[in-house]
Parts: sequence; structure tokens; C-alpha cells
Amino acid sequence: MSESATVLKPVESQPANRPSPSDIKLSIRNLNFYYGTTKALKNINLELETNKVTAFIGPSGCGKSTLLRILNRMYDLYPNQRAEGEVLLDGQNVLDPKLDINLLRARVGMVFQKPTPFPMTIYDNIAFGIRLYEKLPKSEMDGRVEAALRGAALWEEVKNKLNASGLSLSGGQQQRLCIARTVAIRPEVILFDEPCSALDPISTAKIEELIDELKTRYTIAIVTHNMQQAARCSDKTAFMYLGDLIEFDQTSKIFMSPEQKQTQDYITGRFG
Amino acid sequence: MTTDQHTVKAYDEELHFIGSRLAEMGGIAEKMLYDAIDALSRLDADLARRTIERDPKLDALQREIEEKAVLTIARRQPMAVDLRELVAAIHIASDLERVGDLCKNIAKRTTKISGDMRVPRTLVGLKHMADIAAIQLKNVLDAYAQKNVAAADEVWRRDADVDALEDSVFRDLLTFMMEDPRNISFCTHLLFCSKNIERIGDHATNIAETVHYLVTGEPLPVERPKGGSSGLESQAAAAK
Repeated sequence: MSESATVLKPVESQPANRPSPSDIKLSIRNLNFYYGTTKALKNINLELETNKVTAFIGPSGCGKSTLLRILNRMYDLYPNQRAEGEVLLDGQNVLDPKLDINLLRARVGMVFQKPTPFPMTIYDNIAFGIRLYEKLPKSEMDGRVEAALRGAALWEEVKNKLNASGLSLSGGQQQRLCIARTVAIRPEVILFDEPCSALDPISTAKIEELIDELKTRYTIAIVTHNMQQAARCSDKTAFMYLGDLIEFDQTSKIFMSPEQKQTQDYITGRFG
Repeated sequence: MTTDQHTVKAYDEELHFIGSRLAEMGGIAEKMLYDAIDALSRLDADLARRTIERDPKLDALQREIEEKAVLTIARRQPMAVDLRELVAAIHIASDLERVGDLCKNIAKRTTKISGDMRVPRTLVGLKHMADIAAIQLKNVLDAYAQKNVAAADEVWRRDADVDALEDSVFRDLLTFMMEDPRNISFCTHLLFCSKNIERIGDHATNIAETVHYLVTGEPLPVERPKGGSSGLESQAAAAK
């Protein structure tokens, strides 16, 4: 596999397509990642633009979820995992060991594959996260909870049962509750790791609609196995294979006429 | 790690099926054009009728290709080159079906004028123009079969030749009509035939644009180059 400098050539050869530095929210530079001695990411260079959705696609084990988990240092929870290089959030390296991880995760929220509501009321599911960072009077907290639920397009469905358990909701509603919980902390970046893989088509459509809405306020990165979803939801798409970034370009370009044969073979179902 | 086969074999079979039907359509359209022009230039009403009888087969194939392509899009959600291949198949089938209609129309007019032809030399220019259109159609179908973008671009550039010949045929026919009002009836039919041939050239150009998009993923510019010598006339002469 070619080095990422070569891989990114199509983008570099078209300077007009390059976002200006002020439009870059997250800048990934020369990033390598190791699970013990296994190198899972190889010299990744990539930029996430502000208020844009960037999708990561690739076969299982290509490193896309690993990359996502680096962006808010989720890998710190596990021993023997190590990242080298830089991930600059507004110019600040999030890999810096001195960085306050709690503050980082407030700025870079994450929604997981399986909905993970806390075993508490719908209201407390949202308020719990806010209380970690802010002390708010009840009335203000009510407003924040409502705003978060509205932001996640869930308010109309739950406004009359805020004291019901979060676990009583359907799968799709639970996932939107998790998005509301993420939004409530007012992050700048939201990472979605396969957010719809456990959901039915209607719930999936609602989440996709929501992602489209959320990108006006947040910078979004989404990992998905569903290529149609990447094609529908994202502005830019990165195709990864065996830890390499093979191609990164406008989503329309990737899905209609990708530069690299490997990208084309993957998205057309010829391998993977 | 890469292969030209889809992981799902049935997907390959569906694309192959559509490709083979399209090749069949191309063969029929070429034959119809060849026969329609042959019938016209020799005023052979029997051959003209046999040409007309071929058209329903072309229509049926177009519907079949369209249905299969839409079904494949719904079933497989194709991406990149596969999506372009299916969209191209729908476009090309539609162009070839129209070529068939235009050939049928030339053949119908041939049956009408076969007993009424007064000045056979009026057919010379028309035959020459039709030979060039037939070469354009053949070349573009070869370009499609071989996914040869340079050959498709060449067809695209050369359509101006057919257009220029149509102007010349138009002026000739006008002269014959002015010479003798008894020429007006069959010359009017020939004017329509000339227009039909020019449109067949346009469909060949459409197919060239589709092939360019299919292979490169980029559309050709909206404006075609106008005029210019192409060497197509010498090809037409050599084909005689």
C-alpha cells in the first residue's frame, strides 16, 4: 500500500478544494496507533472540516473505529494501546498526556453502535452529564434537558414521560436519547460509531435526518458499514484499508468516480 | 486483494445480462440502419418492409434492459462504476431504440416512394450521409463494447460532418424541387429521411457522451467543436 502522502495526491493536486485553515476543526497528522505491538493505523493524515460530516468507511479491521476512538482519547481506558503523531483540535494536540481528558470528552462527544442509556429516568439521562460539568438551578436544568431532547428530535415523543426509565424507550428512541445526552454538554465535535447498525430503517432515517440537522452546529465524524448511509449523510468520505487511508475526497466523488481502484472495488462490492 | 468479480455472483450475472442484451440491441440497430439505407438507395420495398418488422424486437429489448437495470439499482444499490454502467445502459438502450424508430421511418418512406422515384441521383448525397452515420454508429458501439473513451470522443467530435452533409443534401433537394414540381412529393420524403439520418448521428453522439461519462466519471463539455475535416468521408468511401 502506498504511503498516505501519495494517497492524498488527488486532494493536493486541487488546491481549490482545500479548506482554509480556519475551516479545520480537527487535524490529524502523521498518526500511528498500536494495539500492543500491532500497528493498527499507519501514518494517517486527514482534516475534519468545521460543520461538515466526514464519513469513514472500509472493511472490518481497517482501523476506522480505532481512528474515531483516538479523537476523544477513548483508547486511554485500555492498557497497551498507544498513539503517535498529532490530533489537533483547534490547534491543540489532544494526544498531549497533560490534557484534561474529561474536558476533551466534553468538547468531543461520542455516540456508540448500541444505544447505552443509563438505568435512570429520561430526564436524568440528560441531566447526569450536564451535572458533571455545571451546577445549574432546576429551572435552567429543565430548559437544558428540553433543548437537548429537542435537538435530538425526541422531545415530542417523551415530553409527557420524562420520569419514565430511559430503558423503556424503543431502540431508535434510546439512540436519540444518547445523542441528546451528548448534545446536552454542548460539544464541538460529535463522533458517531455505527450509530444505526442496531436500528430499523425508520429509526435510521430519523438519525440521518438528525445528523443533517446537527451539522449546522457541530463538526461530525461518522463510522459506518452502510455505504449508502455514508453517501447520504456525509460531505467528505475517507476510505480505509488495513490501517491505511486509501482515499479521502468529496463524498460525491468517492461514490461516483473514486480515484483508487481499491476504493472502487470496495464500494462496488468486489471485496470486503 | 482486488478482483473484477463482485462478492455476490448474482450481481455480476445481472450486469452481464444487461450488457449482452445491449450488445444485441446494437447489432439490430446497426443492421436496421444498413438495410434501411440499402433499401432506400435501391428503392427495394421488400427489404424496407423486412426492416420495419425488426423494430418491435428493438423496442422489447429496450423495455427489458430498462426493467432489469431499474431492478438491479433497487436490489443492489450500485455505486461508482456499477451505477454509471447501469445508468449508461438505460441511456444507450433508449438511444438505440430511437435509432430503430428513425430507421423504421426511413423504410416506411422507402415503401411510399419506391414507385414514384423520378430522379435517382437525388439519392447519392443521402446515401453518402447515411454511410457516415452508419460508421459513427458502428464506431460508438465498438467504443462502448471496449470501454474506449478515445474512440468515443472521436465519434463525438465527428458529428459535425453529418450535420454539414445534411445542409448540403437539403440544398440539393431544394434545387430538384424547384426544377420540377413533380419532384416535390418524393423529395419531401427524402428531406425527412435526411433529417432522420442526421438524428441517428445525434444519437451516436449521445452514446459517445454516455461512454465518456461511463469510463471517466466526468461529463463531456456541453459544446461540441464545430466543422473541420475528419477523414470520415474517406472512411465512408472505403467502406463502399
